[in-house]
Amino acid sequence: MLTLTCPHCGVQADETELLPGGEAHLKRHGPGSSEEEFEGYLFHRQNPKGPHLERWRHAFGCGKWFLAARDTVTMQVFGTYPASLATPTDEIRRRAGVERPGWGFEPGVPGEPEAVE
Amino acid sequence: MSTRLHRGGRLIDRSRPLRFSFDGHPYQGYEGDTLASALLANGQMLVGRSFKYHRPRGFVASGHEEPNGLVNLGAGDRVEPNHRATVTPLKDGMTALSQNRFPSLDIDVGVLNDALGRFLPAGFYYKTFMWPRAFWKHVYEPVIRKSAGLGRVPQGRDPDTYEHFNVHVDVLIAGGGVAGLSAAWAAAQSGQRVLLMEQSPCWGGRAVIDEPEIDGTPASHWVDRTVRALRSMPNVRLRLNAQVSGVFDHGYVLAAEQLEGAGPRQRLWRIRAGKVIAANGAIERPLAFAGNDVPGVMLASAMRDYLVNWGVSIGDRVVVVTNNDDAYRTALAIHRAGLIVPAIVDARPRPDGELVRQARDLGIRIEAGRGIAKVTGRRRVSGVKLCALSGEGSPIEEIFCDAVAMSGGWTPSVHLWSHCGGGLSWDDDRAMFLPDPKRPPRNHNGSPIVLPAGSVVGELRTAAVIGSGARAGAAAVGADAPEILAHDAEEGPFLPVWIMPQGAKTALKRKMWLDFQNDVKVSDVELAAREGFQSVEHAKRYTTLGMATDQGKLSNINGLAVLSNALHVPIPQVGTTTFRPPYTPLTLGTIGGVAKEHLFQPVRRTAIHEWHQRHGATWEPVGLWRRPFAYIRPGEHVHAAMNREVLAVRNGVGLLDASTLGKIVVKGPDAGRFLDMMYTNVMSSLPVGKCRYGLMCTENGFLSDDGVVIRLSEDSWLCHTTTGGADRIHAHMEDWLQTEWHDWKVYVANLTEQWAQIAVAGPRARDVLSKLGGMDLSREALPFMAFAEGKLGGFDARVHRISFSGELSFEVAVPANQGLALWEALMQAGTEWGITPYGTEAMHVLRAEKGYIMIGEETDGTVIPQDLNLGWAVSKKKPDFLGKRAQERSHMAGGHRWKLVGLEPLNRSVLPEGAYVLGHGENANGQRNAEGRVTSTYFSATLDRGIAMALIENGPERMGQVVQVSNKGGQPIEARIVDPVLYDKAGDKLNG
Repeated sequence: MLTLTCPHCGVQADETELLPGGEAHLKRHGPGSSEEEFEGYLFHRQNPKGPHLERWRHAFGCGKWFLAARDTVTMQVFGTYPASLATPTDEIRRRAGVERPGWGFEPGVPGEPEAVE
Repeated sequence: MSTRLHRGGRLIDRSRPLRFSFDGHPYQGYEGDTLASALLANGQMLVGRSFKYHRPRGFVASGHEEPNGLVNLGAGDRVEPNHRATVTPLKDGMTALSQNRFPSLDIDVGVLNDALGRFLPAGFYYKTFMWPRAFWKHVYEPVIRKSAGLGRVPQGRDPDTYEHFNVHVDVLIAGGGVAGLSAAWAAAQSGQRVLLMEQSPCWGGRAVIDEPEIDGTPASHWVDRTVRALRSMPNVRLRLNAQVSGVFDHGYVLAAEQLEGAGPRQRLWRIRAGKVIAANGAIERPLAFAGNDVPGVMLASAMRDYLVNWGVSIGDRVVVVTNNDDAYRTALAIHRAGLIVPAIVDARPRPDGELVRQARDLGIRIEAGRGIAKVTGRRRVSGVKLCALSGEGSPIEEIFCDAVAMSGGWTPSVHLWSHCGGGLSWDDDRAMFLPDPKRPPRNHNGSPIVLPAGSVVGELRTAAVIGSGARAGAAAVGADAPEILAHDAEEGPFLPVWIMPQGAKTALKRKMWLDFQNDVKVSDVELAAREGFQSVEHAKRYTTLGMATDQGKLSNINGLAVLSNALHVPIPQVGTTTFRPPYTPLTLGTIGGVAKEHLFQPVRRTAIHEWHQRHGATWEPVGLWRRPFAYIRPGEHVHAAMNREVLAVRNGVGLLDASTLGKIVVKGPDAGRFLDMMYTNVMSSLPVGKCRYGLMCTENGFLSDDGVVIRLSEDSWLCHTTTGGADRIHAHMEDWLQTEWHDWKVYVANLTEQWAQIAVAGPRARDVLSKLGGMDLSREALPFMAFAEGKLGGFDARVHRISFSGELSFEVAVPANQGLALWEALMQAGTEWGITPYGTEAMHVLRAEKGYIMIGEETDGTVIPQDLNLGWAVSKKKPDFLGKRAQERSHMAGGHRWKLVGLEPLNRSVLPEGAYVLGHGENANGQRNAEGRVTSTYFSATLDRGIAMALIENGPERMGQVVQVSNKGGQPIEARIVDPVLYDKAGDKLNG
């Protein structure tokens, strides 16, 4: 059961206090978008084996949404940050890079499937 | 025959005899016995039957890994099936029953399966019961169900209580053997919070059985001293009878504690641990030789445990068969107890170690390079036939004996390391899977959660075990490890032996058991390999190896080795099956804790709940709410009550407690813009004081919720949601506001519980409210879909002129604390018109007569507004709203969708709920095609016949057609497609 620190209220929250919200930094494609864009927005997810940027809500706490950078294999959390940020913080990117050399943040682009051993 | 010796037994108190019964026979044991040791002390070697062949089974182990000694423990409501007798402390008056035998343990008809064993190989069930297909339901399944399954399920409610503990510790240590104790000692010096848990009722693990020297004193003295010292430290907690059950992500740990005396029976510890030290030991391996399942064949360490702990001998003449030195300790202990060891059969060609030399000096015969070709005896060991280990098993001689102690070496219990992802590596010299320190399970900050210690890392000698424990304990707190000296007998190398003899042919392999409970033999695993089950996970499921209640604790490693041999690949390449928590089964009571009955989940009650209760309400759960389903008068049937309520609303006036409807206030400069995105229709243009029915869709286009929206003021709107949808829709709004449009100035608050809301519906509704007085509720002042605030009969009221019944209707909201008083005032005011409270079922009938949809009835997550003829509520002008892009997709915008219609059954009956509208032909699975389904179906008291709503392919274009509706177990019912609005189509009553 994961623990994530809510960047809004500072509480190190247990997973039972949190609601998962899937992949972060999706770009919304509304009316006027192509079929491919809309399909990608609605259904295509990176599902990486390695660092994953994901949405969480501190549902049974302060109620705020935030984003987390978590390694899906080792469960290491590189950091959490407010949902209003368009990219993870430099510090989070640095930490993820130390553990997973070559990992870079690119929203909406599926990562290399064999990013990890 | 097993028996109690006159001396010995470090755990029993011979001055305190206890009575118990097994299969109805009275027995006596002592305080300190386990159920297993007491049974063995009474000569009860036979304790169960195996699962498939119903072979006689005796105890093979002395701990949690025991696969055979499972009993139904207790009586009445306190029956617990599959209790391992080896870890069940004996209690006075205890009753136990053996399992999986019919009619009795001694005479079991299922043993016929054993005679037919050749014809019941691995995968037999998969191969046989496939045909003829109809046989499965009526013949195979009932018979298999009767003969399968182990224990009996208790029939009554569990009278016991259970509880949960939530704790945070810096260091949790699993296992109170010398590794765990030294780890606790090392970690505790730092002052950090240390919790040490031991699954058995005593400290010291195996060391106190064998008494090596630790810190210049016998192990049991050192253990006592260390436990005393730890007890005196305020930062240390120690628990016996507490098993660490599983390690989960980020150091979350579950442990189950067995409790004594009054109060809860079991306690589940929910632990957040900074570090977990896995010092939970190793389990001895059986050897695979023919007849290794005959009662009397036991693990060498278990036999030593029974002797030393409980003064129980398993037999007078015990042959020891081994591939390592440790089993010699058993031989020496038996010899010292005055019993006979006719021979030690050692697979190794030249055994040589301190213990071997001691045995030799005592004159015990040692047969080196030998194996057991076969155990003779059926219900009890009568002898063993020796053979050369490297041969095919032709007997050299038969040695008469009544018990066999076997040891195939030790398997580290790496479960806690592996539960959340710790990697394993194969150690060829020790023939063990060991924790790979480079691939630990990791905490949130990337540091290892689990530090393995003692036998878990493959250490078997006392000095190494204790040193590893001390190092792990120190490492967990970042300190230097204390040095603890220990001494035990120097041991020679061990020789991996996976089957005995090594050249055995199939006839012998069919009698070499790997999994004693599930009857998986060497021949079965080899067959699985031949039939192409190369993955260990597949072979496991095909053969059921390791799927018994011990979850492979005894059998897995031998099975893996046999599989690897059959596949001609090395063991590490075959790999292991996944180690999943819990380590041993937890009772459901422990998992549930106090969360049962009224504490299972909170119940939400409206302000008027007690009144409903007093007036005959039967309840319908809606989410966590309880809503009155119908108000039943004395002697009245529920259907009669519903019909009475419906007619009262149609002809007079009714009252509905609508407080549970979600009430969300959306406020701020950007609130209108926000609601235009949330709803399919336009809400920003709604005039202040007016109501509008709105629909909400997901981004995937599907209808998610509906409700009436009221504009309260220039910058604030009140959004009604469905009863079940309030929390979900509130969260949905917060999600979009916080993550997508976080710069919009909007505030959202869920005020559902702040307001009590009462629907006053029926032709006399206005009369009732006028009697309360205080507000002008005339048609002119408050037309349909208008809203007003004011003092209504002294109440602070918000009056909505909206209707879900099709009648003249007002929904009156007041602060929740005025709700009951308003309800009672309305009941009083309406007496002269026969005012009638109505429940949710009448509400459903009323709305269905009117053709109104209900979220969750007409919608199921695949339905779009257009399917429900609600296209008028989907804006064509708005550039964007949630779901707009999705609804432009061809399969949503095009034809051939199932659309809402009414159905009029030709025979006036009520159609079955969820029935299908039958189409032509059959689908690929040979099932009748469907062209629609019934979404709502009721008896309409107003129309005096069954009415229904349905989604039917192109339905609105097929008015008047007669369709076939499925009728489970009967002939299809004919129904005519009609307009879903069956009542007051023109809306005269609504606008009245």
